[in-house]
Amino acid sequence: MEETPHRRRAQVGARDLERYAGLFAARTGVMRSSAMRDLMAITARPEVISLAGGLPDTSTFPAGTFAAQMTRIAQESTAEALQYGPTEGFAETVDCILEVMGAEGMLPDPDDVIVTTGGQQAIDLICKTLVDPDDVVVCEAPTYPGAVPVFCSYQAETIQVDCDEDGMRIDELEAVLARLDDEGRRPKFVYSVPSFQNPAGVTMSLERRRRLVELARQRELLVVEDNPYGLLRFGGEPLPPLYQLDGGDFVIYVGTFSKILSPGIRLGWAVAPPPVMEKIVLGKQASDLCSSTLTQHFVREYFGEGRWREYIADLVDIYRSRRDTMVDALREYFPAEASWTEPEGGLFIWATLPEYIDTTDLLAKALRENVAFVPGQAAYVDESRGRSSMRLNFSGVNDDEIREGVRRIGKAIAEQVELYGALTADSSDGVPTAAQPREKAVEGGGDVLPFRQAGGGAA
Amino acid sequence: MKVAVLKGGRSLERGVSLRSGARVEDALEQLGHEALPIDAGSDLVKRLTAERPDVVFIAMHGLGGEDGTVQELLEILGIPFTGPGVLACARCTDKVLAKHELRGSGVLTPDWFAFNETAFREFGAADALSELEERLGFPLVVKPSRGGSALGVKFAASWFEVPEALVSAFSYDNRVLLERFVEGRELAVSILGEEPLPVVEAIPSDGDRYDFEARYEIGRTEFVCPAALSETETAAVRAAALGAYESLGCSGFSRVDLILGADGPQVLEVNAIPGLTETSLLPQAAEAAGMSFEQLVERILELALKPTAA
Repeated sequence: MEETPHRRRAQVGARDLERYAGLFAARTGVMRSSAMRDLMAITARPEVISLAGGLPDTSTFPAGTFAAQMTRIAQESTAEALQYGPTEGFAETVDCILEVMGAEGMLPDPDDVIVTTGGQQAIDLICKTLVDPDDVVVCEAPTYPGAVPVFCSYQAETIQVDCDEDGMRIDELEAVLARLDDEGRRPKFVYSVPSFQNPAGVTMSLERRRRLVELARQRELLVVEDNPYGLLRFGGEPLPPLYQLDGGDFVIYVGTFSKILSPGIRLGWAVAPPPVMEKIVLGKQASDLCSSTLTQHFVREYFGEGRWREYIADLVDIYRSRRDTMVDALREYFPAEASWTEPEGGLFIWATLPEYIDTTDLLAKALRENVAFVPGQAAYVDESRGRSSMRLNFSGVNDDEIREGVRRIGKAIAEQVELYGALTADSSDGVPTAAQPREKAVEGGGDVLPFRQAGGGAA
Repeated sequence: MKVAVLKGGRSLERGVSLRSGARVEDALEQLGHEALPIDAGSDLVKRLTAERPDVVFIAMHGLGGEDGTVQELLEILGIPFTGPGVLACARCTDKVLAKHELRGSGVLTPDWFAFNETAFREFGAADALSELEERLGFPLVVKPSRGGSALGVKFAASWFEVPEALVSAFSYDNRVLLERFVEGRELAVSILGEEPLPVVEAIPSDGDRYDFEARYEIGRTEFVCPAALSETETAAVRAAALGAYESLGCSGFSRVDLILGADGPQVLEVNAIPGLTETSLLPQAAEAAGMSFEQLVERILELALKPTAA
């Protein structure tokens, strides 16, 4: 017995816990867990149809190509592929990045580019470089759920600016900036996912893009453009990225191979003006020295074949069809009171239900029917917001599962709508009825997103 | 001794249960027992039959593991298990049933009304809601009858918030209760065997008693054990807790949650199988009583194997 080494952690009693808690950094106090996050833990069960993930479809990636490339790396570059690499990433990886950015009309200086461990690390490094506790960061409402814990862990004061069908409301942003001016404060940066936003699926209009870049220049304000989905457009006309409009003076760009190749290779990048980049590189050295050299080799091989754009074209076809399937299913199975965005690209639809439905509770109900989604509150720093919305992913599941998943969620919603109707019918006390949900009374405009009604036909 | 540790399952509290279970396994190994971890799934009976453990440590929370289901199976298989038996689990899990039992035995619990969905869907129970204001007052607490943690529990500050709170609560169960909100100190008394452990007080750090999630987060709630209570208060709280434990037929261990208001302690609910994680209240109370986690686990096993189970 004694000689067997311990497999798990040492025993921790309540007193020990207190002792550890006394050592915790202040930032852990704002790293929150919540009932909603506990619920998300069960969405991974195999019998659950998960519309909760943000997963690209990797099943269509040709296995033969993967095998051949990895073999070639093993045969020709073992030593380098297994070794540490430069913190900024290999020059060859940066060449691939320039190719990807070039496809959207951007031409950054290779020296301004750093390879990161996914786009997520780029966001983390940017915060590490720019954000002190209580600094203001502005982002969209709703925003990328994965950015929320990053902003929180750097103890930023995060202000969220509402989105509508044309993306972040720049008039509201200007109001926020003016208010901050009055307080003698300015945001460290404005974070935006302008194209096919996660989670809302909306795209910032050209006019707003121009206005945002103009504001950044006038006010010498940094904008962080997170663009994982730009090339995954399956409808409408391409729009220039903020980085292209600005030329890279005030826009820091975050890109990733996750959605155009594979999230498993954990490779993304950031592009920033040289003084900022210098600090980002130091930050990355401290974090992980360098990103995977092995997967950087894979990217090099893959791009060397020259078929990466064909693969994206294949993905776009798949996602377009899945988006259509999901929108059709929403029209069929969601109640008339529901509305949702119809994205022209990306991976997500954002649906909004009558405000008396709390989507965290709905998730508990939906899980009993073995279907999952992301409750809207995950996309807000203030978790009392987004309570009636949900993010639905259409890229990671097949058409049958999309239809069935949406059907099951729709059934759960219908039960809640019917119940609410029964609870409020014939009431002469002014309690709202289900048919006419009372207006949002949230201060600051509430949640303004979307807008296509069930049965409202194609818009 | 070969001890199977049942954990996980499919309940909404799966995450907490896995942490409770892992910690119990560690303790069992420290104690020199053979720990057999089992994530309760469709092969549960097969595994138990094949492994024939001497005793099963149930570290499951929520539906399936804490409501009498697993306990019933273990009785059929004739394997001794930790914690309360089938009937006590069933009573504790169903808050409405538990409150009837408590009141029947003279244990104080806040006033309440319970409704099932049928009442609203088929019998127009909404028309009875106007009685609430007079009988329970506002704010009131709306909760699913079955379900642990803070999920689905909402405050309604006024009549306008009741329908929405009901829709939330009905997401977890087809029966909900509306309970009078009692202002007071939030206390928990864990009982081991027949012995109440030191009282734990939960003090929300931001003073917001309307935020149930805060109660379950380290950092947002401060737990004090033993709670700063007078001798009389302590005696009254322990007596109420023990009374609740006995009236529901609990054995082995359980945790009683109470509010100490102006009219003395009132029992909110009894958790048949409370959490056993690093931050859980039962282990904290045991430690305050001078008992290590290993000693606690050993004692729970002894109680499970005691020949005179109720």
